[in-house]
Amino acid sequence: MYQTIYHRASTVDEAISLFGKSSEAKFLAGGQTLLPVMKQRLASPSDLIDLGKIKELQGVELSGDVLTIKAGTTYFDIMQSADVKKAIPAIAYLTSVLGDPAVRYRGTIGGSIANNDPAADYPAALLALGATVKTNKRSIAAENFFQGLFTTALEDGEIITAVSFPVPAKAGYEKMRHPASRFALTGVFVAQTKSGEVRVAATGASQSGVMRVPAIEAALKANWSPAAIDSVSISASNLLADIHGTAEYRANLIKVMAQRAVTAAG
Amino acid sequence: MGVEGIGARVVRKEDKRFITGKGRYVDDIKLQGMTHAHFIRSPHAHAKVKGIDSSAALKMPGVVAVLTGQQIVDDKVGNLICGWAITSKDGSPMKMGAWPAMAPETVRFVGQAVAVVIAESKNLARDAAEAVVVNYEELPAVADVQAAIKSGAPQLHPEAPGNQVYDWVIGDEGATDAAFAKAANVVKLDVTNNRLAPNAMEPRAAIADYDSAEEHFTLYTTSQNPHVARLVLSAFYNIAPEHKLRVIAPDVGGGFGSKIFIYPEEMVALWASKKVGRPVKWTGDRTEAFLTDAHGRDHVTHAEMAFDANNKITGLKVKTYANFGAYMSLFSSSVPTYLYATLLSGQYNIPAIHAEVVGVYTNTTPVDAYRGAGRPEASYLIERLMETAARQLKVDPAALRRTNFITQFPHQTPVIMAYDTGDFNASLDAAMKAIDYAGFAGRKAKAKADGKLRGIGVSCYIEACGIAPSKAVGSLGAGVGLWESAEVRVNPVGTIEILTGSHSHGQGHETTFCQLVAERLGVPISQVSIVHGDTDKVQFGMGTYGSRSAAVGLTAILKAMEKMESKAKKIAAHALEASEGDIVIENGEFKVAGTDKAIAFPMVALAAYTAHNLPDGMEPGLKESAFYDPTNFTFPAGTYICELEVDSGTGKTSFVNFVAADDFGRLINPMIVEGQVHGGLAQGIGQALLEHAIYDANGQPVTASFMDYAMPRADDLPSFNLSHTTTLCPGNPLGIKGCGEAGAIGASAAVINAITDAIGKNNLEMPATPDRVWRTIHAA
Repeated sequence: MYQTIYHRASTVDEAISLFGKSSEAKFLAGGQTLLPVMKQRLASPSDLIDLGKIKELQGVELSGDVLTIKAGTTYFDIMQSADVKKAIPAIAYLTSVLGDPAVRYRGTIGGSIANNDPAADYPAALLALGATVKTNKRSIAAENFFQGLFTTALEDGEIITAVSFPVPAKAGYEKMRHPASRFALTGVFVAQTKSGEVRVAATGASQSGVMRVPAIEAALKANWSPAAIDSVSISASNLLADIHGTAEYRANLIKVMAQRAVTAAG
Repeated sequence: MGVEGIGARVVRKEDKRFITGKGRYVDDIKLQGMTHAHFIRSPHAHAKVKGIDSSAALKMPGVVAVLTGQQIVDDKVGNLICGWAITSKDGSPMKMGAWPAMAPETVRFVGQAVAVVIAESKNLARDAAEAVVVNYEELPAVADVQAAIKSGAPQLHPEAPGNQVYDWVIGDEGATDAAFAKAANVVKLDVTNNRLAPNAMEPRAAIADYDSAEEHFTLYTTSQNPHVARLVLSAFYNIAPEHKLRVIAPDVGGGFGSKIFIYPEEMVALWASKKVGRPVKWTGDRTEAFLTDAHGRDHVTHAEMAFDANNKITGLKVKTYANFGAYMSLFSSSVPTYLYATLLSGQYNIPAIHAEVVGVYTNTTPVDAYRGAGRPEASYLIERLMETAARQLKVDPAALRRTNFITQFPHQTPVIMAYDTGDFNASLDAAMKAIDYAGFAGRKAKAKADGKLRGIGVSCYIEACGIAPSKAVGSLGAGVGLWESAEVRVNPVGTIEILTGSHSHGQGHETTFCQLVAERLGVPISQVSIVHGDTDKVQFGMGTYGSRSAAVGLTAILKAMEKMESKAKKIAAHALEASEGDIVIENGEFKVAGTDKAIAFPMVALAAYTAHNLPDGMEPGLKESAFYDPTNFTFPAGTYICELEVDSGTGKTSFVNFVAADDFGRLINPMIVEGQVHGGLAQGIGQALLEHAIYDANGQPVTASFMDYAMPRADDLPSFNLSHTTTLCPGNPLGIKGCGEAGAIGASAAVINAITDAIGKNNLEMPATPDRVWRTIHAA
């Protein structure tokens, strides 16, 4: 009833071919969400296609002003990467406060963004940095990739191969950790591009998942400083509310985390 | 004390097997022909069970049986009992609804079992359980204690009108009213003590094995008190007579009270093993633990304290509503009464106290003893009241406590307890010195200049543990005696087995109990082993809870040791041709005092068993047993002081320092004591900042996994600064008070007093989550 056939793909093409042969297959990346959900019997894929051993999905590359992280790279490898620390230290920091050590050894950036949990950390980085999601079929701007809670632009059988980030002039991330799950109760990523554009994204806050925060972007565009955010008003409507944080609290956290992220960005 | 005697920091003997994965827990045990149980649990907080259709499930692979609540009732397995009778103020006995092991007609909390699938594997049982169709008719539910007592609230049990189990009082109402009438100042406080889920690391598990030829059951179970389990299963649940029921509690991974109780799953496993003729195993998962392990705390209280013009307390009035959940668990009735209201005097001289406690049914998981059991609720209430009073009366909180400390012992409180000894000034002094209390104002000012809100909070706790004199608890309604038994078996080669009715599930008895033997005989602890947790090996015992194992269990061992030593001295005296009164025991030898004549302990043991040359009329062998019934509770007490900072932008609390000065009487192994205090403080701080078992208005649990229920982790906690002041307990020969619960009892008030000091607002409920603190800071 809950049997699953496990496949270990060696290449992206093989993974796609295996996917096409199954009725209800799922790709398995780090398994940090899918496996617990399967254990709870809330998901029962006929086939699990493990992407973890595909060499072309591993590694980090820095080429000029573009940092590319392959989709199967684990959080641990990302936070250890000299290229990441050099090009966008805010990503190394974000990764270091993501989950706990056990999660960081197994979880992957591709798995995180494909799942698009509304409290995950990476979607904020992708959206604020204006990253591009590369799949076996196409390139998708982060703006278009994230489409609400647990929803992305990915089509059935499409595999994320890499995420490329334009190296910004400045970037910073701060989050309030969810006291139980250690996801972001609210996290804010701020970035100033080399062309002077300011982009701010918040995760864990909105009922529709990761979102840009235009009011803070405008304030920081005028004056890149924590104090510039003091007068910004964030509405609590359409924000998440649960036992760990009211909508008003999350609205406050968007401001406070943004201010601290600006301080961290320098 | 010797390198392994009393007071030595001996490394735990049991840790080698635990940290190398060699522990043997219930789930590690596999029996020939064993089947596996999976329970079908109610998704509704309150519903009628209209029918159970297991026909499809019975056809599925590997299914042995599907058994229902109606069948267990038909087979006359007894309903679950509550072992402590409480009488309401009108003289009526407490009003209890029936609790069958599986619900035949009505479910009253989410997670209550209605049926069980027995199959060849756990997964096959789980698969088949999904094919069992249970037809429920939902009923209105109530989860909140105050909603449950309103007229028109959904009613749980016909036996308990208005959902009221009892309305119990203690103390002198007239004297208390008179004190308030004359008071110079009255301080009032409303307090909620948040419901907690115990979360032992090892979930509950049971394996039942019925031998039809012998009509004998063996139960392996995660229990803190296997003999009590056998007694209850035999005397009340009609499983089998005691000599036909062996209960084994092997290595058990934490209890915190939650494994005192005999749960439906053990009863069903025993009953089912006879029905299917094969061993039945059940191992709970974490969600089942959240849904079915007895929860802790959950009080709503209004309290008032009267002061005279000199800031001396003259009276205390308390009214508490205690949420019992859907059924009365084994010792639940005693927790908010005799384990709570009897401690309401705290460390203070309070001439008049009156407390009323209303016990209430709700559609939630049953509530019972959890680390501290009633005493954390009392201590939190009193220490929040003292802090509130200091703020209202504009006096230093430490000074107000000092003004009111009990300093003469013994001290009879107005609420039953007679404190035997203590030095509350000593522990307050030690804690204040450790945290540099005098320098706090300067540190607070400096923090303020840096934009930080810094606070300090004091908590002076007292508890009653080492329960307890059997006669006393019997007169208060307890269904059992609370003594302990021990047996000392010396083998012919001089190694020693100590059989104890205490049960170790993390406390380190295998080390500390050996230290007593090392202290008395001077033999290495490697020659001593501790036997516990098996009703076929140990004759009887009351188990481990209420910080009682050292004060009561170890004293029983001491009594048995004394008997054994007395006989051994006679044998030694005979062998050495000396007078028995001249024999002393030193470094593993029996010596004639003042001479070089000696006989090694193993030679005495050998002489006892060869019996070639014993004193005339002496029986061979060297084995003695004892029962010990304490003469009073013990009263560990101390002061905890917490210094912390609150981030006004996020409401998040960061610890600066946390000091504990405890008086536990004599310490057997200070390292193990420190570990106990660390764990207790973690749970107390967890209650203050993080933990809360929440139900929605319909009785659906919101926190049934670690994704939602915030357990404290190492990085949520400060590095603790511990110290001890000592007054020896006069009630037992070793002077021991007990240390297992203190941290959980005293810590939460220190934390909340510190946060409310930092933010300058006194009203703040637990858990003080960042959201709640932020909203309190910014509330108009």
